[in-house]
Amino acid sequence: MTSAQLEIQIILSLVAIACALPGVFLVLRKMALISDAISHSILPGIVIGFFMTQDLASPMLILMATLTGVLTVVLVEYIQKTGLVKEDTAIGLVFPSLFSVGVILIARNAGDVHLDVDAVLLGEVAFAPFDRWVYNGTDMGPKSLWMIGTILSVTICLLVLFYKELKVATFDAGLAASLGFTPIGIHYGLMTISSVTTVGAFDAIGAVLVVAFMIVPAACVYLLTTNLKKLLLGASLVGVFASVTGYWLAHAIDASIAGTIATVLGLIFFLVYLFAPGKGYFSQWYKIKQQKTEVAMLVFMLHIANHEEEKERNINHLQEHINWSQQRAKKVVKLAMQNNMIEIENEIISLTAKGLEFTTKAVSYISDNKNSELEGIKQKFFLFRG
Amino acid sequence: MIKEYLDLLMVDYTLQIITLGTAVLGAVCGMLGSFAVLRKQSLLGDAISHASLPGIAIVFLVLGVKNNNGLLLGALLSGLIAAIFIKGIISKTHLKSDTALGIVLSTFFGFGMLLLTYIQKLPNANQSGLEKYLFGQAATLLASDVWLMSTIATIALLVVLLFWKEFKMVLFDADYTKTLGFNVKFIDTLITSFIVIAIVMGLQTVGVVLMSAMLLAPAAAARQWTNSLAKMVLLAGLFGAVSGVLGTAVSASANNLSTGPVIVLIATLFVVFSFVFSPIRGLLFKQIKLWKNRNDLKLMKTLSFMYDIVKTHENISHPHKIQMLNNFQGYTRKSLKRLQAEDLILLNKSNWSLTEKGFLVAKNLYSQEL
Repeated sequence: MTSAQLEIQIILSLVAIACALPGVFLVLRKMALISDAISHSILPGIVIGFFMTQDLASPMLILMATLTGVLTVVLVEYIQKTGLVKEDTAIGLVFPSLFSVGVILIARNAGDVHLDVDAVLLGEVAFAPFDRWVYNGTDMGPKSLWMIGTILSVTICLLVLFYKELKVATFDAGLAASLGFTPIGIHYGLMTISSVTTVGAFDAIGAVLVVAFMIVPAACVYLLTTNLKKLLLGASLVGVFASVTGYWLAHAIDASIAGTIATVLGLIFFLVYLFAPGKGYFSQWYKIKQQKTEVAMLVFMLHIANHEEEKERNINHLQEHINWSQQRAKKVVKLAMQNNMIEIENEIISLTAKGLEFTTKAVSYISDNKNSELEGIKQKFFLFRG
Repeated sequence: MIKEYLDLLMVDYTLQIITLGTAVLGAVCGMLGSFAVLRKQSLLGDAISHASLPGIAIVFLVLGVKNNNGLLLGALLSGLIAAIFIKGIISKTHLKSDTALGIVLSTFFGFGMLLLTYIQKLPNANQSGLEKYLFGQAATLLASDVWLMSTIATIALLVVLLFWKEFKMVLFDADYTKTLGFNVKFIDTLITSFIVIAIVMGLQTVGVVLMSAMLLAPAAAARQWTNSLAKMVLLAGLFGAVSGVLGTAVSASANNLSTGPVIVLIATLFVVFSFVFSPIRGLLFKQIKLWKNRNDLKLMKTLSFMYDIVKTHENISHPHKIQMLNNFQGYTRKSLKRLQAEDLILLNKSNWSLTEKGFLVAKNLYSQEL
């Protein structure tokens, strides 16, 4: 591993953390797509900043780009407030038009400008170690390392300082306002940080993939935990892990580093989505299947409880009466047997005392519409789940 | 300049093709976009257009040629897969739609970038031309492309007409539609598929990044002018087509203006204009209404102040000096004139008096019954 490679990985990891922290709050506040909007609409800001200074590394670029980022948020919110269109439409209207302005500005002055849309949108971190900051003749390291490092430090400082406020404002804006915090101030603070981070990250990983860095780690971890501190930490870890893995993968197949990292992030999310305990695809699928069987068992027991005559309760008549397939009927009867809810005597099914108690309780809770209570009863009565 | 352009349009075959192409594209996007906007799926277009990139790259990688229709088919497939993923994330987890869109948008696009850069570095690859899908190049439209677009547009139009009733019901009350026994899932899939098709059609012309605006802007503009779905769809189609034609015209008559961004900006102008000047919902109209209400309120305030003075006298039409109103700032000469015009007061030189009607109105000002 050369020092350039090490530097690239450090830059990528810092970008990942700097993006993941505001990203968690964006996901929690249901504003994930604002990052998409900001990442596109900083283009005109960068172009205007470049025209003013003719220097791609000038702080003016960052300032102008941040301003256009915040302008995007203000415009989106203004349009939303007019009530003429929905929020998502407002986002979808603002950023393409700002982006178009940027593209046209570049195209009109294409001849003498070393700035193209690809560079802004797609970025290239591989060149970052060669653009170094030389101070008084000493080499201080890559410029982008300093830039993203500064942004990250500021983000962390603000996060620590305003952690409590952010937390309250995110989960209960009304409470935050009544406690005397200004949700609006916190909102715009977060938006400004997101804009600055996007700007700081764009020349390393490109504007579009900033979205991946912001949203995907947060979304992955959000499927695993609901604790805010764990979310922040976990999202940063996922981001760093994906950055380092993605870097070496890109190195191996000789492809775009940012694209590969986004792909790795996508794969991580896909795995979490499938296998997350409790909230993942399989877990949900299993839960639904389980509940289906349990509801079926309850229906079956109600049927038994409601019919006194033995003919109705004969095991061979059930199939035609409840109209279940044989396999399903067997499964349900087996579950009921396992839980000691029924007993079978001479092919006649009857409820045990426990079964009767369960049925009565369950029915009274269902008619009260208290679904959560039903889960508690199941916990109490069931030895085996469906 | 307009005449010059029209002359050019008469003789330049390529320009005719491009103009026709952007017009058809604008019209289809506008019409199908109306459904996206009303279903609150505005940003679905953005996500799907970004997500079509890996499809294009994979088809190129497998076939090794730039067969336009093949690439579009790849884009279509990858767009549909993206739509399925988005739906899966929203329905199976507690993540919200914005997060789902963001995840699919960025990771699919990232994967597309990976493939594109990989293709670029292949020794025998003639990859130039794939990038046009990123930012769009209307200039590369061929007559066959326009034919394809028109065919798809016709099919889309027929399907929309055929399922008009179902589409409309699903849009406004999906639960009710379900209880009536319609297959909501099928209708839902149908609408989404056509939105994906419209997006894929536009990729070549306006590119991945700006495609969502083509879908949204005409529909958002049309929404401001009418509350009827049929009118909105037609109007959105019209706005889209006009944006396409005007955008092509502007970019053709100036140097270095790419068509896609110009079309998007013109469509945005339509939106701004509609937001401000629409007679029912427009901001200007709302502001005027606000001012009018405020003036009316002030007028009534003046009247009620007069009433307070008058009710201490036996004769309600006893004249009072206008100066009496001085310590109450809510009146002007104009507002007094208006009160007189409405028959509520009588003015006589420097005196005013309440009329019978004015007295009654003022008396019942706070009663809800009038």
